Parts: sequence; C-alpha cells; structure tokens
Amino acid sequence: MIHSLFLVNSSGDIFLEKHWKSVVSRSVCDYFFEAQERASEPENVPPVIPTPHHYLISVLRHRIYFVAVIQSEVPPLFVIEFLHRVVDTFQDYFGVCTEAAIKDNVVVVYELLEEMLDNGFPLATESNILKELIKPPTILRTVVNTITGSTNVGEQLPTGQLSVVPWRRTGVKYTNNEAYFDVVEEIDAIIDKSGSTITAEIQGVIDACVKLSGMPDLTLSFMNPRLLDDVSFHPCVRFKRWEAERILSFIPPDGNFRLLSYHVSSQNLVAIPVYVKHNITFREGSSQGRFELTLGPKQTMGKAVESVLVSSQLPRGVLNVNLNPSQGTYTFDPVTKLLSWDVGKINPQKLPSLKGSMSLQAGASKPDENPTINIQFKIQQMAISGLKVNRLDMYGEKYKPFKGIKYMTKAGKVPEGRRDEAALP
Amino acid sequence: MSTNNLSYNEQGGGAEPAVELGQESTPTASGSTAAAGLFSTDFKKNEDLKEMLESNKESLKLEAMKRIVGLIAKGKNASELFPAVVKNVASKNIELKKLVYVYLVRYAEEQQDLALLSISTFQRALKDPNQLIRASALRVLSSIRVPIIVPIMMLAIKEAATDLSPYVRKTAAHAIQKLYSLDPEQKEHLIEVIDKLLKDKSTLVAGSVVMAFEEVCPDRIDLIHKNYRKLCNLLVDVEEWGQVVIITMLTRYARTQFLSPWREDALFDENSEKAFYDSDVEKEKADSKPYMMDPDHRLLLRNTKPLLQSRNTAVVMAVAQLYWHLAPKQEVSIVTKSLVRLLRSHREVQYIVLQNIATMSIQRKGMFEPFLKSFYVRSTDATHIKTLKLEILTNLATEANISTILREFQTYVKSQDKQFAATTIQAIGRCATNISEITDTCLNGLVLLLSNRDETVVAECVVVIKKLLQTQPSQHSDIIKHMAKLLDNITVPMARASILWLIGEYCERVPKIAPDVLRKVAKSFTSEEDIVKLQTLNLAAKLYLTNSKQTKLLTQYILNLGKYDQNYDIRDRTRFLRQLIVPNEKSGALSKYAKRILLASKPAPVLESAFKDRDRFQLGTLSHTLNAKASGYLELSDWPTVAPDQSVRNVEVKEWAPSLGKPKATKSDDKFYSDSGEEEEQEEEASESGSSGSSSSSSEEESSSGSGGRTSCRLCCLLSPVFVPPKSHELLHRMSGKGLAVSYHFPRQPCAYSHRMVSVQLTLTNGRDQPLEDICVGEAGPPGIAIHRFATIERLQPEASITVSMGIDFNDSTQAANFQLCTKTDQFSVSIQPAVGELLMPVTMTEQDFLKEQGQLTGMNESSVTITIAPDSMSSQPVGRKVVSVANMGVVPSSQNSIHRFAAKTVSSGSLVLSSVVLQEASTAKLVVNTEKTVLGSVLLRELKTALSQG
Repeated sequence: MIHSLFLVNSSGDIFLEKHWKSVVSRSVCDYFFEAQERASEPENVPPVIPTPHHYLISVLRHRIYFVAVIQSEVPPLFVIEFLHRVVDTFQDYFGVCTEAAIKDNVVVVYELLEEMLDNGFPLATESNILKELIKPPTILRTVVNTITGSTNVGEQLPTGQLSVVPWRRTGVKYTNNEAYFDVVEEIDAIIDKSGSTITAEIQGVIDACVKLSGMPDLTLSFMNPRLLDDVSFHPCVRFKRWEAERILSFIPPDGNFRLLSYHVSSQNLVAIPVYVKHNITFREGSSQGRFELTLGPKQTMGKAVESVLVSSQLPRGVLNVNLNPSQGTYTFDPVTKLLSWDVGKINPQKLPSLKGSMSLQAGASKPDENPTINIQFKIQQMAISGLKVNRLDMYGEKYKPFKGIKYMTKAGKVPEGRRDEAALP
Repeated sequence: MSTNNLSYNEQGGGAEPAVELGQESTPTASGSTAAAGLFSTDFKKNEDLKEMLESNKESLKLEAMKRIVGLIAKGKNASELFPAVVKNVASKNIELKKLVYVYLVRYAEEQQDLALLSISTFQRALKDPNQLIRASALRVLSSIRVPIIVPIMMLAIKEAATDLSPYVRKTAAHAIQKLYSLDPEQKEHLIEVIDKLLKDKSTLVAGSVVMAFEEVCPDRIDLIHKNYRKLCNLLVDVEEWGQVVIITMLTRYARTQFLSPWREDALFDENSEKAFYDSDVEKEKADSKPYMMDPDHRLLLRNTKPLLQSRNTAVVMAVAQLYWHLAPKQEVSIVTKSLVRLLRSHREVQYIVLQNIATMSIQRKGMFEPFLKSFYVRSTDATHIKTLKLEILTNLATEANISTILREFQTYVKSQDKQFAATTIQAIGRCATNISEITDTCLNGLVLLLSNRDETVVAECVVVIKKLLQTQPSQHSDIIKHMAKLLDNITVPMARASILWLIGEYCERVPKIAPDVLRKVAKSFTSEEDIVKLQTLNLAAKLYLTNSKQTKLLTQYILNLGKYDQNYDIRDRTRFLRQLIVPNEKSGALSKYAKRILLASKPAPVLESAFKDRDRFQLGTLSHTLNAKASGYLELSDWPTVAPDQSVRNVEVKEWAPSLGKPKATKSDDKFYSDSGEEEEQEEEASESGSSGSSSSSSEEESSSGSGGRTSCRLCCLLSPVFVPPKSHELLHRMSGKGLAVSYHFPRQPCAYSHRMVSVQLTLTNGRDQPLEDICVGEAGPPGIAIHRFATIERLQPEASITVSMGIDFNDSTQAANFQLCTKTDQFSVSIQPAVGELLMPVTMTEQDFLKEQGQLTGMNESSVTITIAPDSMSSQPVGRKVVSVANMGVVPSSQNSIHRFAAKTVSSGSLVLSSVVLQEASTAKLVVNTEKTVLGSVLLRELKTALSQG
C-alpha cells in the first residue's frame, strides 16, 4: 500500500525518507514541488497528486508535508488517516512534531515507522502498543541507557497486540488512581451583518486522562444523552451498550485519549454567547474610514467569557489604522492587512471596545466588501449545549478512584465569522 | 559508485538520488562524478563507523548503527558498510538487532551475495520460542528482496501460517504479498496459504490476509464464500485498517453474489431522478416479482453499520461506499450524518470526503439536502475545498432552496479571493440553467455584477451570461447592448470573445450596435488575442451575411488582416470564411448555404457537474479521486441478473461454532429453570460488561438468527467429574453448636435443584444426649447468592448423623454463603466458603478447540505464572491428579507430553475456564489460566500454584 514516505519542510527540502518496499527515487517529489509552487498558500497543495508511475498523497501538519508514495489503487483516506496517525504518534513521543524534533530523534522515528507499517500495511498504530515496543525518549532514560547499555526497544510482544483490548497494556499500576474527563465544546457559527445567525453548530469532544491501575471497566452516563446527535467513539467504547442504553461503557486506554466526539443536533437553537456591535465605514473619495467595534456577552449563564481574540482581514485599500482599545492590545499588519485584537476577559459592566480611524490609499476607490470579523473565546465550566455527565462508575477493580469532570466551551477550531461585517465563531 | 552517489545526494533538495534500485535502475553515475569532490570531507567523518561496528563494545556498535540509520533517513548511501553491518545481525542487543534489520532491508537488494550471509540467522530465529522474535525474523526475511531465497521464504511462510501465535500468522499474511511481488510465479502456492489463512478465526489475521488476497488473487472470489459470514461477524473486532480492506473487498464480493436491491427503483431512475422520493414505489412493487434480500446481504449491511461511528475516517468512508453500492436506496441515507461529521476532520480528509459527496449528491440530492449549511464555504477553507463545496451546493440546489443558496453565493461573489468569486459565478450559471424559474433572476444578478470593479469577476460574468442567453431563446437585447458597451473596458480575452460571439449570434436583435462593435474591434484587431481574433472574424462574417450594406468594407478589411496573421488557425479561418461568404466564380455550392451554416441555431451548452460521470468508479477509491483509472483498480461488477447459488456460503456445522463465552443452549435452559427472569437479565449483563468482546458476541448471536444456514453447536460437552476423595470442612463445631456438629463437602456432582448451583453435602451429627428437632436453614445472605434449602429434619437422635444436600448458587464468586442453621431452640450463623475449584464443572473438548478458545481468551482474560514443581510430579499423572484435587476440571487430551490441559465451565454462568500446565526443564512449569471471569481466574491460578508446588 504505502510505498515510501518523504518528509518535506516548508522550504521544500526532503529531510527524511523511509521506504517500506523497494526504494523509490527522491525525484518523485519533484511533482510535489511543482504542485507546491503552483499553490498560492501552503494549504492549497492538492492532497492527491498523480505522477506517471506513482501517486503522491500528502498531509500538511506543523508546517511539514508528509508525502506518501503509492503505487496502486488504495483508498486515499486510508493513507491520509494513517499519515495523521503518524503525526499524532510523533507528537505523543516527542511533545512536538517539528523538523528539529524529528531530526533529533531520527532513530526513534525510524524504529516507530518500522513498527507502524509492514510492507506498507499498518501493523501497530495504537500508541500504547508502540510505547511498549519502543519506549519514548526521556532525558533520564537516555542517560541510563548510555550508562547501562540497555535499550529503548522492548523484547516481548506487547500483550495488547494479541488481546481483545489492544489499546490497553496489562499490569498498569498507579499509587493515585484518577480519571479526569474534559467536556470541550466548540461553536462554529456564521452570522450576518445584522446579527442574525446563518449557521451555527456545536461539536464537542470528551477528552479523558485516565490513570487507573489494573483493568478497570468504566461506565459513563449522561443526564441528557438525547442531545448527542452524531457520535464517534474510541474503539474501546462498546457500541451495543450505547445503542441500547445510551451509556458509554469501556475499558479505557492508559493515559490521555479522546473518548468521544459528538455533534449536537442542529435542530436545537444554538445560543451564541457573545455579540458584536460594529460600525465600519469607508467614504467614497475620502482617505479616511471609521472603525468601531464593541463586544458583549450574552447567554453565558453567569460564566465569564475569557481569552477573547478578535481578528479581521481588512480590505487591501487600508494603509494603516489608528485605533484605541478600551482594554487589551491590538496589532495591525500592513502587509497582510490583518487586524487582531487581544481582548482578554469580557467584563459585562464595562464592555470592551475598539474605536478609531483607518487611513486608506489615496485615490483608491471604496472597497466593495466589508471585512469579516472572527472571534475566538473560551468559557470555563460550561458546556454550551447543556450536556451534563450524570455519573461515572468503575467495575472490575476494588480501589476507589478519584474522578473529575470539567466543562469548557470555546470558539471553533476554524473560527468562522464572515458575512459582510460582524461574524462570530 | 557508492562514493559518487553519496556526494550527489549531499546536494539534497529535489535532486534525484543516485541510489537506484533493481527494476528502476538507470545509471546515474555520470551525473555524480562531478560532485565527487564535495563528498570527501563528509566521508572522513563517517570513516570511523566501520571501526565502531567491528569493535567489541555493544554501545559503540549501537552508536554506529544509529548514525547509519540517520544517514539512511537523509537518503544518503551507506551501502559500503554492508559487510560490517551484516555481521551484527545475530547480536543479542535487541535495539542493535532491529537497526541492523532496518539496514539490511534497505540494502539487501543491492548486495545480494552478502545478504545471504544473514539468512541462517533468520532461519534460526524463526524457531525461537518468543513470538515477537519469530515474527520479526519472518518480517525481515520476507523483506529482503533477493530472488535466490524465494524457496526459503516460501517454506517460512507456510510454516508461519500454521504458527500458534496469531501475531506470527499475521506476519505470514504480510509476507505473502512481499513474496508475490518478488516472484509472481509462486502465485499458486501462495493462494494455498491464503486459503488456509482466510479460514483463520483470529481478528488479528483477518485484515492482513484479505489484503494479501486483494493483492495476489482478487479474482478468486470462490475462496471467500466459506469465509464470508465469518468475516462479516469478525468485522467489528478487527483492527481499523483491516476493517477498511475487508469492507472494500466485501463490497466487490457482494456485487457479484447478490441480486440488486434497487430493481424497482431502477425503473424510476430512468424516468426522473426524483421519483424515488415519491412514495408510490409501492404500486410498482405489485407488478414486479417481490424482491427478497439474501440474508447474507443483510448480514453484511447490518454488521458494517456500527462502524459508521468509528473514529477512523477511512473506515467511515469505506462503510459509506459499501452502503452506496450495496444498500437498498432508502437505506443509503443513514451514512449521511457520518460523512458530514468527517467534514470537521483534517483538511485532507475533507477534500476526499467532499469529492465523494459531490458524486453522491448528483444522484441523490435528498441525502444531503438537510445538511446544506454544512457545505457553506468558510473564509479559511483552502481553495480546493471551496471549489468542492460550491460544486456540492450547486448539485443540491432545488426550487425550494435556491433562494438560500443564491443568497449565500452573493456573499462568495464579494469574497476577496477573486478566483473563488469567479468560480462562484460559474456555479450561479449552472444553478440558473438547471432551475429555469430562476434564470431571469440570476441573469439580472449577473448583469449587476458586470459593473463590478474586478475584472476577473466581470469576465466570468460575461462568459456565464453568454451561456445563459444561449440556453434562453431570448428577448434579452438589453443585456446584449449592455455587454456591447462593456467591450470598451474589458480586457480579459475570454470575455471579449464571448461578447463578440453573442453580438454576432444575435446581430439581428441589435442591428444598430453590431456594425459599430465590428468597427471598434477592426481597429484593434492586430493587438487582440487569438481567441478574440477568431470571434472577430466570426462576427464579421455573420454581419456580412445579414447586413452586408454597412459592413462589407469592414469585413474585407478584417479578412485581409486575418490573411496575414501569424497564427495559422486565424489564416485558415480567414480563408475558409472568405470562400464561404464572398461570392466569386470559384465558390461552390456551399456558399449558397452560407447563411444557414453560420447562423444555424446552436444547441445550448449543457452546464453540468464535473462529477457527472465519476460514479463509474467505486466511491472512496483513488481512481474516484483522480477521475482516472489508477493502476491496480478493481472494477466493481454490475449486479448479477440471475441469483448465484446461495448455498456456497453455507459452512459445515463443524466449521463454525460461536465462542463458548456464553453458550446459547445453556442460556435458554437457564431461562427455563431460573425462578425469576429479571435475575437472569442482570446476570447476563454482568457477564457482558465483564467481557470486553461483548459487542462482538452479541452481534454474533443476532446474526446467527439472520443467516439461516448456520447452525451453532457446542464444541464441548460436560463430563462426569474425576473422582477425588471428598475433603470435608467443618461448618459448625460441636462446642459452638451446643452439641450439633455440622461438616460439609462438595460432592462435585451436578446439582439437582438448578444447574447454576453447586451442590453441597452437609453431614449433621447430634452430639447431645437428647434428640434435636426441626433442624432447618433460616435466613440466608448475602443477596447475590441463592440457596436451595434442605428439607427440615424433624428429629435427629443422639449420636446419630444424617447427610443432607443443598444447592448454592455462588454466582461464580468465592464470596461465602452465610445462612442460619436453626433448631427448635437455637440459631447458629454459619458460612460456607467455597474453594474456587468447586465452582467449576469439568468439560472436555478437543485439543484444537481448546487452543482456539484459549486464543480468544487472551489479554486481560489470561493469567499466568511460572512455578517450581516438585520433581516427582513431572510426569503427567501427578499433575493431573493435583489439578483435579484442587479444581473440578476435566482433562483435555494433549498431543505433547509436557503440556497438560484442563477445561471447565463455571457452574453459575457457564463461562469457560481453561488451564494449562507446560512443564519446562529444571522442574519449572508455566501455569496459565484463561477465563472471562478474571477474578476467579486469578484465584484459581493461585490455588493451582500452591497445589502444584507442594511435594
């Protein structure tokens, strides 16, 4: 399936190559570079590029292109998903996935890639199996290894590889047994200039950090499972149980993992927790424009709106801005015309505002589109959909774990605002 | 050559590496020699590597190997170190060994003779007791692309395919593909191995062997028949990558084996696409023969459905395409939500999913219409994503939602990304042609856009308006006039050409303007682009025919210019037009028809989706993405017209047996016996949450009812227990019982009251000098434990004793059963603490079944320990005796003298408990207990351990 992998950095150098079958010449990447040149933005490189003898499927993450070389028919998503899994694994092992980190750990990277694919077909992609085969590098272990000559490579087949619960290793032991669950929801919304919502949707994830000894069997139930419209599970979740009882029953992997991602049915009206008042005008013939923006909270159930960041792509005609924020700081990049305003926390008593003037290119005509405004924010201790965890129970082990659940709402990953003027994520 | 190559690669970047291999080998040395000098410094630095590798210190060798791997990773050639490296292949240090493997696989093809030196090491490792070492030896051995070792590989694969470890068998499946690509002549032998591995019941092997099947013999569909149901049932538990491969294969399989579930709908499709949504499908059904879906077809659909919830996007896509290609039309829409969910994933995933949605949305608007807003373009989307979303929005446009979509498009037109704005205009054009009601609205909107300041937008508008006017037999002379005015300002050639064509085509509607336009373009003719020149010629010719009075001279002038143009297309066109329109003595019959030729009414262009014919490819494939047949693409066949034989998938009874985890037969018996159904329910659930394979086992049950052909059988039968001298325990001492002494033992007989109970015999002795009266069991607890009381003993004479039996359901736990023994005068609280071995009932089964069951009960269900055994019990009898004395287990025949196997079921829930004792040298033994009841398993292990280690 996957023949070879090339890692290409943002300046277009191949800094790592790995072949699972016979070696494919580097020159195959020339087709990729061609496509890269044609693309105006790094993101615009098409993920699938045909070449005379091979097909290149690439993903871009952390400003590194992971280019897989394919020789024959294979579902493209198969390769894409795998490449993302590789990136996740690197991130898991090295903390960051940068060119420097990969170069520093090239041996571990090679050992990992060797285990993850056999003859181009995924062999072990489950992080805890990999960690038993190849221990992640830590400073302490590096020191110990140099002194004792021991290695990072495990000698036994990880038990998970054979068991029906490949995601969990056996013999896990903790002195403090704890399980934390973070319910994180994101709102993606598009709002038009009059303030009415065009689309709004909530998607959420439950990220877990479970550090429990032995083989705990957990069940997690919700007060209002009906809210969840569409879900996707970590393989550990027993689907039948969810189907029948709307209960998440699972033997958790050890450590951090994403238990569930869900989508809240779009029938429910989404209450957007922030509003924007705006007045952005350009006058024909004048080299000045007015800019006024005020933010305010709404429907936050008394929780503070934090880490607010407003950004807006101003029209090309704008030369510079002279603004006065009531709180926080703003920056304007005269080259990219990107205005960003780091607001911080919204105080409902004193609403943050940003006012001032814009200077326009002399003689240029009035820009015909109004800028979009994107907002990012966070609200702690609240899940905007109202989803609530009812209880978490543990079976199969005798000790009493410490359990914790945290809620958070934030603006979508692709903070989308748009539409003539105001827009909220 | 190697040194040269190294230096060449030093240049890095996109330079072609000199390392060429086998089939692609073309000598590149010529290019590399020039750069040889550059390399020398680098080579010095790596000179010490050889010494390090030959040193005695492991750490130095490891260091050297790490640096070499670094070189390989950078794409530099390190092949000259081959002899030094290959020596370390047998190293004890596992990391060093692995790195040598990496090296070996990379360079063996280039240094075949030297590579052969390592083969014997692998052959030895293939026999290693550690499965990881066996597997990795096979992996490396099969990855060495040296044709000479093909027979050795073949042998190794055949052996590994029967290995006890599923992991090694999985590796064997991977090796099949490697050997096939090395030597396709082995195909027949490999198919045999594939056939064997396809029968494997391990979830670990399934994905890999299907992959091998797809690669080696995708046409041998006959190999799948017998395994079809098994694959369907295993699917949920197969690892995610295997799922993708299996689903894709089964899609193809199903298209050849089942009848089309769309027959009724097909009739409608021809008439109108939307007919499907009308509910009068029913009427049609009446006259055609009723369609019955093959239960196996249904099985596949049902077992893949839960996978839509997978976190792996490739799995979701695979299921979506399966439903698209196989499910009855009304069921396909269940995949919609999951596909829309994938749109929140990474950009690359979005790209592929959107492409597939685009294809689907052409045929089935209804599937995605409710999710229209999910396809709204966001300013942060990459260009190719934006284009695809536009495509889908256009496909989804109907009379009902067009106004929403148009409003959305209006925003896009104002986007700062002008290329995107232009694409939007094309989309508007398509909407306008598809939905005739809005053509006028769109046209007006587009005309307004003609005053846009951006030229690309205006140009695109012109092109689209041209197409729209052509579709609409029109009275739009206003628009044409407006466009004629635009000609002064527009510079985009395509737009200018479009305007000229429009005016020429409809010159009779704008008789006054047309000649003037011609006059203007005649002036600028020489500086125009070719495409504009051609249209100028066309315009001139058409005007000459309709209005020769005003335009005769102008046309002559333009034709003269065209005659001497640099472009031969234009010269050709000029010559052709002149002959056609200007009458002279030589002009033939054709010129009579000049007007009819040039001014024939032209069919309107059809604006259709670029995804129109993509559905000829299976969705989700690379070929679909590229819209071209990728190498190795396997066509999806059409549904067969006559139903193929269904019985080919029937499996002989022996072949398939459901896992013993919860034998169905016992369960129905339970229902019959147990007093309350509710209790039964709870019990079932408890065992389900205990076993992580619950999802699979329950789906298995469900499916067995659907797939009629399968009969379940139990592969083990209950045994009468081995006789062991009963061991009596004291329940109540004479002193504390005021003269009543009670002892109990486990007779190891099936309990007569309920087969969930363990039978217990109590021996009551009256130590007093008066008779005891009315001895009975009083209150009992704890709640989970059910007790069947013995009948009240009315009178027990002094010094007499009586034996009564009772049944206790310990619920498979070693929790003590507490109850009260009452006499007429007193009450004594007593408790019976069962030994874990007594909670079992012996069963017997064949060795194969034992191994299979044991294979399923691994991981958390397995506990093992190594013990020291007293030397006298190294022979089989003592071991068996000791095990049986502790636990009520049945002996399973074993083909090896050193392995003893025992099997039993728990009395209460009937879960299988397997135990094996493997005698090793130096009077040690490995004791393994496999059971779903993990707690019970570990207690049993402890007890067996104590029993066996005693002398």
